Formats: sequence, C-alpha cells, structure tokens
Amino acid sequence: MRTQGEFYQRDRTRQPPGLTRDYKTSVSRSPQYALISLQNSASEITGPVFGHDDIDPIDNDLLLNYAQPGQSPIGERIILHGRVLDENGRPVRGTLVEAWQANAGGRYRHKKDTYLAPIDPNFGGCGRTLTDDEGYYYFRTVKPGAYPWRNWVNNWRPAHIHMSLFGTGFAQRLITQCYFEGDPLIAKCPIVNTIPDDEAIEQLIARLDLNATIPLDTIAYKFDIVLRGRRSTLFENRLEGN
Amino acid sequence: MPQELSYLKETASQTAGPYVHIGLAPGAAGFDIYKRELGWDIAGPNAKGERIRIEGLVTDGMGSPIKDVLLEAWQANADGIYAHPEHPGEVEKGFRGWGRVITDFETGEWGFDTVKPGPVMGRHGAMMAPHINLWIVARGINIGLNTRLYFSDEAEANAADPVLNLIEWERRRGTLIAHRDQQGDVPLYRFDIKLQGEDETVFFDI
Ligand SMILES: [Fe+3]
Repeated sequence: MRTQGEFYQRDRTRQPPGLTRDYKTSVSRSPQYALISLQNSASEITGPVFGHDDIDPIDNDLLLNYAQPGQSPIGERIILHGRVLDENGRPVRGTLVEAWQANAGGRYRHKKDTYLAPIDPNFGGCGRTLTDDEGYYYFRTVKPGAYPWRNWVNNWRPAHIHMSLFGTGFAQRLITQCYFEGDPLIAKCPIVNTIPDDEAIEQLIARLDLNATIPLDTIAYKFDIVLRGRRSTLFENRLEGN
Repeated sequence: MPQELSYLKETASQTAGPYVHIGLAPGAAGFDIYKRELGWDIAGPNAKGERIRIEGLVTDGMGSPIKDVLLEAWQANADGIYAHPEHPGEVEKGFRGWGRVITDFETGEWGFDTVKPGPVMGRHGAMMAPHINLWIVARGINIGLNTRLYFSDEAEANAADPVLNLIEWERRRGTLIAHRDQQGDVPLYRFDIKLQGEDETVFFDI
C-alpha cells in the first residue's frame, strides 16, 4: 500500500495573490508581509472528517430543501455535478462539499443583501453533500442570476455558485466559485481577474453537459474540482512511531 | 519533446464574499434550513482537559474590525491527538477538534469555547507547543489565510516550538500568542488578528 505524505506545495503563480487592486476590498484586507512557508506537520496533514450523520440526503437539492410543499423556486433548473480529484488525479472520497448562491434574480437570502431583486420564497440558496467513492458529487438547483456590486460603479458579478471544500487535510481547505460557460461577464469581473493565470480561470468555468441533462426537465453543467495532491511517501514527517 | 507529466492543477481560490454565511452558517445569514449546522461544538461533551474560551477581533489595514469574516479552527485534543484516521491515538467520543466561528455583525467580535489542546508531535520528532490552527476567509480575502494561535501560559513550550522559531523576526512571533485573562470561571484568551499594518499577524503558506 502506498503511504500518503506531504501535500504538494501550493502553486502560488496560479492562485490569486492577496493584494489585487482592481478588487478594491482586497487592498486593506491583504497582508503586506510575505507568508511564512511551512512544511507540513500533523497539524496540516490532518483535517476534519465528516460523515452521513452530519447531513441530510435532501441537503444537496436546492430545488426542494427550502421550498414549500408542492412548490419550487423560480428559474432555470440545473444539475451541477462533477468530481473532486487531487492533483494526482485520484478521487477525494467522502469529502464535504458545500455550495451557496443567489437566486435566479441575483438576490441572496442574507440579511445583509439589499439588492432590489426579490427574495424567492421557495429558495434558500445553500446545499451540501459528501462525495462518493469515485469523488463524485451533484447538486440540483436553479441557475443563479448576475448581480451588481459596489467596486467600480458598474460592476456585475457573472452567474456563479460559491463552493467550499475540505479534502482530507487542513492544508487542502479551499473556497472557490463556479462560473458558467458562455457568460460574457466572466472576462469583465475583477474578482475572476484576481487569478493571474488564464488556464486557472478556465478551470473555474463549468461546461454545459448535455449528456447529463434530464430531457424535458433539467439542464446540466459539469464542474470538476482539484485539491492539492500528496506525495506518495512520508519522508521525514512520519506520523506514526517517531 | 519530453514526456508530459499527468498531474492536475489545484483549482484556483476565490473570495468567500460577504454572504459566506448562507453556505457555511445559514443561521447567521438569517434563516434556518439544515437539521444541524456544522462546527459549533469543537470539543464535544467528553473531552478531557481544561475548558477554555477564546475571543478576538480581526482588523484590516485601517484598524477597523472586519465584521463579515469567518474563521475555522482545527486543533488536537488535550493529549495532542487530532481526530483524524492518520493520526495515531484515540480522541474522546464526540471530539472533532474543528469549529466554525462567525462574528457579531455589529462589532466584529468573535469567540469560541473549546478545550486547551496538548502539545503535538511535529517534524523530525520536535514537539510543537499547544496551538490551534486557524483559517480565515472574508470578502476581500482572495485565498484563505492560515495562521496559528499559541497560548501565553505556555512560554517554555512556545520558546522551543519549531514553527514559532521559523519566524525570523522574533517580535512577530508575539502576534501568534493568545493572552490569558484569569477572571471568571472559564479561562479566557484574547487573540486579535491584524490582517495588515503595525504588528500584522504572521500568516503561513502551508
Ligand atoms: Fe456571490
């Protein structure tokens, strides 16, 4: 059996830096000193473990999980599905995936969101699920709407779903956003453009997946997520024995 | 042309945004949807060791409290064992060692209850002083910030800690020490995090 070691170092040339002037809020919220590089110890290799006791089966169905009985949220019905893999291409099994989003009008169910688009009484806007043994996950939801935000005077977020991932170690913890193929707002978004690498941006765009649609019912988008991979031997930081 | 390597690349991070609570702590966003929200009970009822409370504020470069920040804590139990299949040893039933911490939207103050972790075996057999790993996300933070919280009443262990000693500027090590206040029944530690500016907290690329 292959032992799992340290995580590969994060490729900071593909990840957004802290300070990105065109996303104005980052200017005062980004550390000025360089991050201190830390080799993995048990504190970074381990991370919280979740199980089916933690969630309900309905939690990944945003069409139902907040709707009144017999009702459904307004909007384009979609399936968002894909796999969570590590950089070695191996499935990340049984890991918690959490998602949140605006409704079809671009409004969040949040006491701090004051956008004039209406709240949808049948839409909460959050879901969660565990990946299966192949690393596969899916959500059923409505496609979120674009919404305006205060950065420059006329900034609009492309349609997006926020996603939170754990992996198996705290060093893999990641929050990202999933965008949708063909949206002209993606290229204009200062938050998207915090990412310095075009390929890394494309990796955040879910692809229309007609094979996964349910005809006459729900359209599908595919979104795979990659978490940091691990070396296959443990090197010096042996967790057992010492 | 040399052969291609078949590695995938890590998905890029994006800010958690101002509405992170909807996904990770919907109660704070103002609605009730899940049977049970995750991360509100870090230690569980059976954990051994000293029960403690930690409170703090996250401030930006202007010194203003960040009111929409969300923190996650990851810690070992009092024996220095993480609740994870790869860490040898047992933890108490119900001890997860992971928590989600949200702020008061008016003041930015946050706090959580837990047990004080024990020292944890680090690299090359060097003992790490008791610490809690923290991960911080918010609007304006493009990629989650990792830091560690150490304890002021562990001066000797802190002085030998291999991670604190990695920080070349000794003065900056102090930004990772939570200060113990001995009033009340439960020991209270204060841990303020400064994202930027004078005495900026040390953050790690883990
Ligand atoms: Fe958003």
